Amino acid sequence: MPNLVPKALRKPGKPGEGNGALSPEKLKEAPVDLVGWVDERTGASPFLTGLLFRKVPKGTNWYYTLGSATLFAFLVQAITGVFLAMFYVPSPVEAYGSITHITNDVFLGEFVRGMHKWGATTMIILIFLHMARTFFFGAYKYPRELNWVIGVVLIILTLVMGLTGYLLPFDQRSYWATIVAMNITATGPILGPYLADFLRAGAEFEATTLSRFYALHMMLVPGLIIALIGAHLYLVVKLGTTAPPWVRAESKPKSLREEKV
Amino acid sequence: MDSAAKEAYLREYEVLKKKGKPFFPYAVFKDSVMFMIVVGVIAFMSLMLGAEQGPKADPTTTTYVPRPEWYFFFLFELLRVLKPPELVPVATIGLPTVAMVLLLLLPFYDRNPERHPLRRPVATTAGIMTIIAMAFLTYLGASAGSPTEIELDVAPQYEAGKQVAAQSGCLACHQFGHNGNDGPGPELTHIGSELPAAAIERTLRNPPGIMPSFENLPPEKFNDLVEFLSSLR
Ligand code: HEC
Ligand code: HEM
Repeated sequence: MPNLVPKALRKPGKPGEGNGALSPEKLKEAPVDLVGWVDERTGASPFLTGLLFRKVPKGTNWYYTLGSATLFAFLVQAITGVFLAMFYVPSPVEAYGSITHITNDVFLGEFVRGMHKWGATTMIILIFLHMARTFFFGAYKYPRELNWVIGVVLIILTLVMGLTGYLLPFDQRSYWATIVAMNITATGPILGPYLADFLRAGAEFEATTLSRFYALHMMLVPGLIIALIGAHLYLVVKLGTTAPPWVRAESKPKSLREEKV
Repeated sequence: MDSAAKEAYLREYEVLKKKGKPFFPYAVFKDSVMFMIVVGVIAFMSLMLGAEQGPKADPTTTTYVPRPEWYFFFLFELLRVLKPPELVPVATIGLPTVAMVLLLLLPFYDRNPERHPLRRPVATTAGIMTIIAMAFLTYLGASAGSPTEIELDVAPQYEAGKQVAAQSGCLACHQFGHNGNDGPGPELTHIGSELPAAAIERTLRNPPGIMPSFENLPPEKFNDLVEFLSSLR
């Protein structure tokens, strides 16, 4: 089978074997491949090989794909969201019509809108499943406490996306549900009324409420989510993922030598 | 966890990691399969179920169903369970805030070094109970109807107002006779004997708590509505 990994990103050999990422031979030769060319200028390959060939612990199973699955659902939302934003108009007069336009006239418009809508549902389900996995596996314990905290903030932000996105089609359901949701927020103790006024952009639901929800939904909250996913994944790589709690290391000296896979 | 337990964990983890497999291609393979499933399922649902669009938002019309997205049903159902107005802030913001803080701080109060779910009976039971409670409330929310009919016998001059009430979503939160949902708002079957017409009118313009304002109804419909409510004795 041909090796599909570009040369610069192959698994580094043992010291002295001579195909290491930045070996002197390599630096002398003019780079012929694109990956090598970029690598010579960025020095990214040690980082990338470290990322690709880091070990995941024994026993890692399909439950460990739920985090990536959540990430993929978020990417679907980000991409379809950009296309929706090209046609959506966040004004109370035009919003509804622009959604009708997307649904009926724009090429693949209804498909993209449907993907954004069902992608939201999928992401919510996946993020809860991922949280349940890390909960039942005890993965929030030392040394991964901070990653759990970041995760809880991510779940809150994801729910805020659901709340702010629901208003945007500006049909009867979204309008009245949002009024009730804002009134619910306003009944909260201490901060409730202020939070509701901030979300509504005033004491009552007004024209600016829609723009405010739109700005939150497509700029502020996704920006925060992207930054926090970055921090989350940095910690995942840095600390490594847990082994399932029922997998134990029997410390027979023999098994310690099974380093090669 | 004390420092000995921490060290023991890190040592054991080091061994398990050494015995593991490289991320590429093993984990990458699983993740790629998952990628295709996720995108495939989303595209399939979009093709099969589409994205409907209801009638345009209109503060002055009378047909609407104040329903949140399904993943907020459990919050809305909490409002029905905890109905008295004094408890509404507890249900709406208090309980969810407490739940979120408990969730956020979980690693800091659960200091048991054990990770196996069967050897953490308290945590595992609490987790399963939370899942069951949320699933049950979501189910209640999903099966609560949004009725649009009131089957009360009223004098003919109040029929118009009854129509307005039936189609203005009051039934999502109030009960008239045996129509409508039992909460979060109080039953209105005898509201005319409890509140004078002027107070009802004030409530509709400037409602307490979570109820939306109906100030923007056309004046004629608004008056019909107030007359109908005052006639319920
Ligand atoms: C989103 C839910 C909701 C909707 C929709 C709603 N209400 Fe209410 N309503 C409430 C709640 C909750 C209260 C009690 C608030 C409080 O006392 O804190 C209430 C209180 C009232 C009261 C005062 C009752 C009393 O005993 O003081 C009247 C009258 C009333 N509603 C009428 C209506 C009418 C008429 C409609 C339809 C046009 C309507 N409501 C729609 C939630 C709702
Ligand atoms: C946008 C949302 C999220 C994304 C994209 C995401 C992504 C990931 C990924 C890719 C991993 C690697 C291991 C795995 O997939 O299981 C991971 C691990 C982890 N996540 Fe998340 N996550 C998200 C939300 C959350 C939430 C809501 C929580 C919990 C409250 C959480 C807690 C954790 C923990 C504790 C780990 C370490 C697990 C381990 O080492 O076994 N994450 N996350």
